[in-house]
Amino acid sequence: MTESKTITLNMGPHHPATHGVLRLIVELDGETIVKATPYIGYLHRGIEKIAESKLFQQVIPLTDRLDYAAASANNIGYCLAAEKLMGLEVPKRAQYLRVIMAEFARIMGHHLWLGTHALDIGAMTVIFYTFRDREMIMDINEEIAGYRLTPTFFRIGGVAQDTTPDFIKKVRDFVKWFPKALEGYHTLLTENKIWTTRTMNIGKISAEEAVNYGLTGPSLRGSGVAYDIRKAFPYSSYDDFDFQIPVGENGDVYDRYLVRMEEFKQSINIISQAIENLPEGPVHADSPWITNPATTDAQNDISALIRRFMMHTKGPTAPKGEVYAAVEGAKGELGFYLVGDGTEHPYRLKIRSSCFYLASALPRLLVGHMVADAIAIIGSLDVVLGEIDR
Amino acid sequence: MAVKTVIDAIGKIHPDSIIKQCETQGICEITLAADAFFEVMTLLHEHKPFPFDMLTDILGIDRMPRTPRFDLVYLLLSTKNFTRLIVRMEIDEGQDVPSVSSIWHSADWAEREVFDLMGIPFSNHPNLQRILMWENFEGHPLRKDFPLEGKDFDKPFDPTTIQDYC
Repeated sequence: MTESKTITLNMGPHHPATHGVLRLIVELDGETIVKATPYIGYLHRGIEKIAESKLFQQVIPLTDRLDYAAASANNIGYCLAAEKLMGLEVPKRAQYLRVIMAEFARIMGHHLWLGTHALDIGAMTVIFYTFRDREMIMDINEEIAGYRLTPTFFRIGGVAQDTTPDFIKKVRDFVKWFPKALEGYHTLLTENKIWTTRTMNIGKISAEEAVNYGLTGPSLRGSGVAYDIRKAFPYSSYDDFDFQIPVGENGDVYDRYLVRMEEFKQSINIISQAIENLPEGPVHADSPWITNPATTDAQNDISALIRRFMMHTKGPTAPKGEVYAAVEGAKGELGFYLVGDGTEHPYRLKIRSSCFYLASALPRLLVGHMVADAIAIIGSLDVVLGEIDR
Repeated sequence: MAVKTVIDAIGKIHPDSIIKQCETQGICEITLAADAFFEVMTLLHEHKPFPFDMLTDILGIDRMPRTPRFDLVYLLLSTKNFTRLIVRMEIDEGQDVPSVSSIWHSADWAEREVFDLMGIPFSNHPNLQRILMWENFEGHPLRKDFPLEGKDFDKPFDPTTIQDYC
C-alpha cells in the first residue's frame, strides 16, 4: 500500500491569473485540489475608516477605487446612499445619465473580465478585441467626465455636468458598433471546442448553495436565480427601461460566461433606450443646504456665491439616521450602509462588497478540480481585489 | 406583508426576543435580545414560504460613549420574494455573539471581518482569525478610539513582525 501524501502550493499574491493580489494556498493530491484557502487584505486601504474623516462629497473619488474596472457603478451606489440619507430627489435627466454611465461601466468591467478570463484559459486573441472596444468607452468617459478609468462623474444630487454634442454622437456610434463586436467575441469562444471543454461542468454550484454563500450578480444568475437589483429594487429610473435578466441553468463556468455575454447585449440595449429618450431639464438637484448653486448664479448673486463657498469648505450636513442603498455593480450587489450623526462626515460607512463573498466561496468551488481549472474558476467569478480589500 | 407574518411568528415562539421594531426607508428592522439570538436567526432562515436565505452583510457600528457600546447589524434578504430585513443587536465590549456561519456560509468571512476591524468576538466560529489586517496586528481599526493614521505611524515599518501563513 502506498501512502497518499498531499503537497501544498502557494498561488499569488503576485500572479496574473489571480486578477490582482489574491493569495491562494492549495493542497494538492496529484493534480487535484483537496483544500484551498484564500488570503486577502493585500490591497486594504481602509476606505471605510478614511471616509469617517472626509466630507460627504469627498468620499465619491474613494469609491472609484473599489471596483476600478467599473468605477461609475460604485459612484452611483454611494451617491444613492447619501441622497437617501439627506432626502434628495435627483432630476430625471441626471438619473438617465447615471444609467448610461453605470451601464458603460458594466460593459467595461465585462470587457476586462472577458479578455483576461480567456487569456488565462489560453485564448489569447480575445483580449485584443475587448480592449479595442474598451478604449472606445474610455474615450466616452473622457468626453463627459474628463477622466478615463475612474470618471468620478457623479455628485450627491446629480452628475457633474451636462452632455456635450460629441458625447451623444460617440454614444450613438458605440451603440451602433457594439453588436457587431459582440458577435465577434461569440465567434471566437462560444462554440469553440477547447473553450467549451475547459469551461463546461467546471466549478458547478447549485442555486441554494450559491444563495447560502452570498453570491450575487452574474455568478448567482449563472446558477439560475434571477436576482438582479435593477429589477428587484429598481433605482435611478431603471424601471423605465425594457431589459431582460439572463439566467443560466448549470451554474458552471460556461453558464456564468454566457450570462455575462448576454449582459453585454442588455446593457447596450439600456444605453440605447436612455440616450434616445434622454429627458430635458437640469442635471443636478437644487437644495440650498446640500448642493452647489449653478455657476452662473454664483457669478451674479452674492448669496449664491456664499452658498457655493459653504458647500466647498464645510460641505453638506446629513441628519441622524441609517440607510442602506444597493446597486447592481458589474460583479453583483454593491451595497453602501451609511450612518449619519448630524455632522458633515459619515459616522460609519460600510461597503457591502460583492467580490468579498465571491472570494469566500472559492474553497467550496475549487475542491475536486485540477489546478488548471482553478484558474478558470477564479476567472469566471470575476473578482476585483480593490473591492474585496477596500 | 410577508415580513410582518415572519415577525409575528417569531413573537409567538420566542416572546420578549424582539425588543424594538421599526421601518426605515421601506426596510423592516428588528432589534433582538442577545439570549434568543441564534434561535431567532435559525427561524428566519427556515421560515416558509419566504425564508431569509441570503445573509447579505454584517456590520458593526461603534457608538463609543454609549453602553452597550456596539450595534451589530445583519442584513438579510429573501431571494424568493426579494424582501430585506435588518436585524440589529446591541452588545457590549467583549460580549460574545453566537456565530451564524452554520446557518449561512456567507457569515464566515463577514464575521471574521467584523472581528478583525471592530473587535467583536463570535463564539462557535470555525476559524475566527483576522482577515484584512495581518495576524499580529494590534487593535481594531474601525473602532472610534483607533487613530486614523494608525497607532504606530511614526515608527519605521519592520517586516519581520509579520507572521507568515504557511
